[in-house]
Amino acid sequence: MRWLRTRRRVLAPYVLGAAVLLLIPPLLGGIPGVAPGYVLYLVSLALIYAIVAIGLGILIGHTGQISLGHAGFFAIGAYTSALLTLRLGLPFVLALVVAASLSAAIGFLLGLPALRLSGPYLAVATLGFGLAIPQLVVWQGSWTGGSSGLHGLPPASLPLGALTIVFRTDQDYYYLAAAVLILLTIFARNVVTSHTGRAFIAIRDSETAARAMGVDLVRYKTTAFALSALYAGIAGGLYAHVLHGISPEDFTVLLSVDFLTMIVLGGLGSVGGALSGALLLTFLQNALTRLPVVHDFKNLYIVVLGAILILTIAFLPRGLAGVARSVRLRWAARPRDGASRVDQIVELGEGSGV
Amino acid sequence: MLSVTPDVLIDLPWGQLLVNGLALGSLYALTAFGIVLIYKTTQVITFAQGETAMFSTFVAFTLLTAFQLPFAVAFALTLLFAGLFGALIERVVLRRISTTTVLNPVIVTVGLSLILLGGAGWIWGYEIRTFPDPVVGPPFRFGTIVLSQLNALIFVVTLVLMTILFAFFRFSPTGIAMRAVAENRMAAQLMGISIGRMNALGWGMGTAMGAVTGMLIAPINYLDPSMMGDVALKAFAAAVVGGLTSLPGAVVGGLLLGIVDSVAGFEAPELRNSIAFALIVIVLVVRPAGLLGRRETKKV
Repeated sequence: MRWLRTRRRVLAPYVLGAAVLLLIPPLLGGIPGVAPGYVLYLVSLALIYAIVAIGLGILIGHTGQISLGHAGFFAIGAYTSALLTLRLGLPFVLALVVAASLSAAIGFLLGLPALRLSGPYLAVATLGFGLAIPQLVVWQGSWTGGSSGLHGLPPASLPLGALTIVFRTDQDYYYLAAAVLILLTIFARNVVTSHTGRAFIAIRDSETAARAMGVDLVRYKTTAFALSALYAGIAGGLYAHVLHGISPEDFTVLLSVDFLTMIVLGGLGSVGGALSGALLLTFLQNALTRLPVVHDFKNLYIVVLGAILILTIAFLPRGLAGVARSVRLRWAARPRDGASRVDQIVELGEGSGV
Repeated sequence: MLSVTPDVLIDLPWGQLLVNGLALGSLYALTAFGIVLIYKTTQVITFAQGETAMFSTFVAFTLLTAFQLPFAVAFALTLLFAGLFGALIERVVLRRISTTTVLNPVIVTVGLSLILLGGAGWIWGYEIRTFPDPVVGPPFRFGTIVLSQLNALIFVVTLVLMTILFAFFRFSPTGIAMRAVAENRMAAQLMGISIGRMNALGWGMGTAMGAVTGMLIAPINYLDPSMMGDVALKAFAAAVVGGLTSLPGAVVGGLLLGIVDSVAGFEAPELRNSIAFALIVIVLVVRPAGLLGRRETKKV
């Protein structure tokens, strides 16, 4: 459990986040005219996408290795977990572990060619990977369900000693997704602030310099790929069970671009940024479908997505996390009596970490 | 695939598949050529090449149907539009982007392709339209091999464009200036070449090449906003296989991929894209800078 340990100083945001997540269902029940089940289902999807975004953020934001094919890993996780529970009757938790491990293993394998590829070459190779996975699923239709997909997944269950929790309602799945997200957020935070995380950042900033300092490129690049694929695989397994079914159409290139947009909007190189970008984009997508004036939702969403990508890179290159950081610095540097402004900035800079 | 027996293999129309593959490969080569042209001059690999081509083809379609212009006039006007459009993209979008990281241009051109995709869907809708054939008439026959007039036109256009561009880069002062920028930006600038103008020119020419491809593909693939999706992926594969820094490499990669695609499409149609992907990975693992590309050395 070393990887899930947190210092008391940085614990506050997680406690706050967990409290908010815990309070959402009862609060929704209090709003008249809202179907809490459906809203919770949408929020669960947002939380699941946030898991992928955090993993992708480690790869792109921290290690500087681009992927335009993360929907592929998401699909691998979803299909593995769905097939194992549906066809072999494996328990949900075991299926999720296998799905995550398989996705991580394939991520490791994709990391191997990535050792020799940089920037645009890697973008093209991962794009091809993301396109190939749904195609392979359709090709192997006899056991993957082909283009009509897999449906009627058994409910997820979690054995806790003598007690077994069975997830049935949208609210149950919401709590499951929230719990996994919190654990994986803490884990990601700990990875990026560990020596592994520092090796990732060194590789991003200069491969040559990182190598000169003794960073093992083979080890850390493949680790970054495997880690982000692990996140996408876990999220995929949850996704399949929250939806009770999947089809190859759920895993298009547009989904990979969605994931990319989430972390660009949130801010590259920030776990909190990836999280907030994912939540914001999923809510935006749902808000756009509900606009009464919009007849052509698909076009509007695609255009908005493109505009977000371009405008963020042009005007907020560090994303929302960058905005939050500069607001925090301004606030800390506000004139106060006593200590000088410089001291206060230095003090804050030390605490902010990565 | 496993059920193919030796006598079925003999029955494969290899000659026909080769001709079809070369025609398809010419289209990949033209698209890849645009990508490489832009990459060489501006160091930006564009993920919007397919979408700018699609958008230009819709412009051509409007000129042909709504304005009833003759094909040659519409073709010329579309080329002009695409050239200006590409230059505009460079001026308005890419020049504002910091290129200190390789991620930024990738992200921005992906964003651009989304805007063009959604925009085209908005303006022209998603119904599939037939694009007027530029040439009509009976196909040419060589023994058992059939060559449609359109495929013949594709060969001619590809050859002519390649020759013109070869001459342009070899002999014209502007072409030499563009090569100089690709070779060494700093030195080119010191020689009085305007990098900004060359970047805009590279984008304009690359986008115009895309428009030509779009107008040649639309009669085969029909016209709709997603028409270039597959072609752009194959063109990427072609550009990467050939080497992103090599214009002849784009042609070699395009033709190679066209033949592979044509044979794969006959043997296992569901796996065409996966085979293209496998090809990219194999070539890149063996030769990370592509077949004809040069390994870029980085100064620390």
